Order: sequence, then structure tokens, then C-alpha cells
Amino acid sequence: MSSLLKLSQVEAYIQQFHILHDINFEVPKGEVTVLLGRNGAGKTTTLRTIMGLNPVSKGSVVFKNEDISNLKPHLIANKGIGYVPEDQGIFGDLTVGENLRVAMKREDQETTERLDWILDLFPDLKKFWKKPGGQLSGGQKQMLAIARAYVNENDLLLIDEPSKGLAPIVVEKVMETILQMKEKTTILLVEQNFLMASKIGDRFYIIDDGQTVHNGLMGELKQDKALMKKYLGVS
Amino acid sequence: MDLIASLTVNGLATGMLIFLLAAGLTLIFGLMSVLNFAHGGLFIWGAYAGVWIYYVTNSFLLAIIVAIVTGLVLGLITERLIIRPVYGNHIQQILITLGFMLVLQELIKVAFGPDQKAVHPPAWLEGSFQMGDVILIKYRLFIIAIGFLLFLTIYLILKKTRIGLIVRAGVMDREMVQTLGINIRFVFMAVFMVGAALAALSGVLHAPYSGVIYAEMGLEFSILAFIVVVIGGMGSFTGSLFAAILVGLAQAFMAYYVPALSLAVNMLIMTVVLIFRPQGLFKVKG
Repeated sequence: MSSLLKLSQVEAYIQQFHILHDINFEVPKGEVTVLLGRNGAGKTTTLRTIMGLNPVSKGSVVFKNEDISNLKPHLIANKGIGYVPEDQGIFGDLTVGENLRVAMKREDQETTERLDWILDLFPDLKKFWKKPGGQLSGGQKQMLAIARAYVNENDLLLIDEPSKGLAPIVVEKVMETILQMKEKTTILLVEQNFLMASKIGDRFYIIDDGQTVHNGLMGELKQDKALMKKYLGVS
Repeated sequence: MDLIASLTVNGLATGMLIFLLAAGLTLIFGLMSVLNFAHGGLFIWGAYAGVWIYYVTNSFLLAIIVAIVTGLVLGLITERLIIRPVYGNHIQQILITLGFMLVLQELIKVAFGPDQKAVHPPAWLEGSFQMGDVILIKYRLFIIAIGFLLFLTIYLILKKTRIGLIVRAGVMDREMVQTLGINIRFVFMAVFMVGAALAALSGVLHAPYSGVIYAEMGLEFSILAFIVVVIGGMGSFTGSLFAAILVGLAQAFMAYYVPALSLAVNMLIMTVVLIFRPQGLFKVKG
């Protein structure tokens, strides 16, 4: 198993609060790895720490065999990591097209092809191309956030709770898209919606109280009802 | 009618000078969340450096260029040495930039002496036009033209270029911009320098307009700029133009009709805006 991203004994604080105590996991290339856990377990902080938005106080984050712990966020992004935050991070005053243009590091043929591909998956973005991002629906904002992360040739996408607050029909659409993106890139997904996570994910890590406490293949988790009930509240 | 036109031109010219100062301030506040009370210091340094060159060379164009370069250099120094250590802490920002403002003000007295300096417009901008019964002073029209030209240029950069989009996106969500692979610190520095250059330009243009420059005028003028930023909406470039014109016109008309209220009117407008639209006339959406 060739690992694209590896976190070893990572600890992190938000201000004086010790949020991550001992995070250890690997993200194999070409797969979807899902971080599961209850609210407040430290999943979002883990993604933010990988992106350099929270400092790593101990341990290491290694991406493509290079230690990226505590690099500045823009340097981490330029190493090939795309990020879809929990709040989507849409620039409300910029139009859909402008939101995508800000993200595009190059305007070459390859980027245009990637843009066309993602716009075919999300035709709403084409339809509302000139609409300010702040006026989109929750689902459209999520689509835009995913498209913005995908438009550059990233090796890894970090996607934080893409189903959060969305109508079931929109969740289906987002799920289908991530399944298609899976063919093209490696994904680290944080997801509370266990049904969605289990359909998309290849392997999982459970985070509890800032520590990775379990991991395995997604198929195994579905069989382990006790584990699911203990850490995820799913029965 | 001729009186109204004259007051309008006066108000627009004052508004444009305030706009040049406020535009930098609003971008710096919007993008960097920095309360820069030293902005008035950059204004007076632009005025003095430009006027000094103007005295020496008799070239107003060169004076403008020197003022802009002075603003860029002082902007770089201010951002790196004064602002950078206090990012994210508004109390420290107020204290250190206000302190630096006083340092810049006193350095003016050391470098150029404490006395006021008289400044006249260049020969090619002296005098006036007559259109019907209305007398239009050339230098004021020049300021209005420069102000609109700069507004249009910066507006088009912000609207049409990727760097402009990055600045606007940075005003809305700095963190997100960084995660798109953009070095926001570098953008901060560039915007700060441009903002400082606009303040310095405003200073040198203000000199022949008021006919006299003195070290304390930076603080006086920057208070107007802060009022404009609050009225226009913190971080809104277009808002700062509208608010600056509003303040300029209100001041010009009040100075003529109710002189006792000419200074209070700006505070009154700001108070009304804060009560009914605390986010300012033009809100920047995150």
C-alpha cells in the first residue's frame, strides 16, 4: 500500500485547548479514506492541521514523503492538496465564475478540461455562472466548493462534511460526484452521514477525543455493530 | 445655480482627496483587519516629500511621482516593522500605529522644520474656467479627474484581474484564500504599499488645494478618512468613493449655509449610518 499522506502521533491545540492528542493514520493513494467520529472528536481540526491552519505541536504530517508539518497553508496547498472546508468557504461577493478563477493556478488546456468535467457534473454552476456565491443555495455552494478544490491538479482532496445541512436529494448528487472524482484523485473525507461514508469510503479511521482509536476497511466496519454504536452512535 | 455648481465642485474635490486616503485605509482594514492610525502619517509624508521636490525642481509631476514612491517605501517599512508583529490584535494595532503616526509627524518637523509651508498649484493648473455663470477652478477639476481615474483603474483591477479577485476574496475570507495556494502575506504587503501610496498621493494633491501644509494635518485628515470607511462599509472600495463624495459634499454645503455645523455634519452622517446600517452603506459579504 503506497501512502500519500501519513500522520504520526500528531498533537494540536486551538488556543489553550488541547484538541488533538494522538492522531495516526495513512491515506493510501487512489482511495477514499474516511475520518469518522462523534461531534467534537477532532475530525475538522485534523483536516485544518493537515492544511497548516492549526499548528502541529507534536508529531509529523508527511505528504508525498515530505514533512509538511507547520508549513504555511499556501505552501501546503501548492504541494498538491485541495481543501473543501466544513463551511464551504465561498467568497460571497464573487460570482461562481470568479470563485473558480481565484482558485485556478493555471489557465491551460488541462485546467480547462478539469473545469469542463466538473461543470458537466454540476450543471447548476454553469447556469448560475454570474450569480454571486453568497446567493447560491446550500447545495450549490457545496458543489462550488468541491469544484474549486478539484479544478487544479491536486493529488489529494480534503473534504469536510460535504453532506452537512443539505437536502437528501442534494446529498445523493454530492455523493455521486465524489464517487466519480474517486476515479481521478485521492480523497480524505470527514463525514457524519454514515450511509454516505460507507458508500464512498474504502477505509476508515475513527477519531475519539482527539485520538485515532480504530481503523480498517469500510466493509469491516459495516459488520461491526458494537463498534459503530460505541463510537458513532449508529445502531 | 452657479453657487450650487461651485459648492458641488468644491465638495467633489474634497471628497476625492478623502477618497484617496480612505481607499487605502478600507482595503487595508478589509483585507488585513488592521486599524492603521498611521495612515495620516503617510499622507503628510507624501505631502512634504512631494512639495520639497516641487520646490526644488518646480515639476509638479515629479512631485507626484516622489510622493507615490515615498508612500510605497514607507508602506513597506510600516507593514514589515510596525504592523506585522501585531496582526490580529486590534488594541495593540491602535496603540502602535497611533504612536507611529506621532513619530512620523514629529519626524516631519525634524526633516522639514515646524513651520507651515505655503504651496501653490503649478502654473498649468492655476486659474479657472468660466462656463456660463459658473467659475470652475482648474486645480479642483484636476483633483476630481485624478480621483475618478484612479477609482476607475483600481475598480477595474479589482473586478477584472485575478490579482483583484484575490484581494477581494482576501477581504472576505483570508484563510480560504491561503488554502487555494495564495501567499496572503505577500498580498497583504502589496495592498498595504498601494494603500500607503494612495495616502501619499492624496497628501501631495492636497497641498496646493489647501495652499498650506503642516505636520498636524495628517491626523486631522485621517479622522475624515476613518469616518468615510465607517460610512462606506469597512473593506468596501466602492463604498469608500460614495462615502467620500457624500462627506465632501456635505462639508462643502454646510460650510456655506451653516458654517457652525460644517465639521459636525460628518459625525452626524456617521452616527445615522451606524444606527440604521451599522455595517456601512456597502457591506462586504463573507
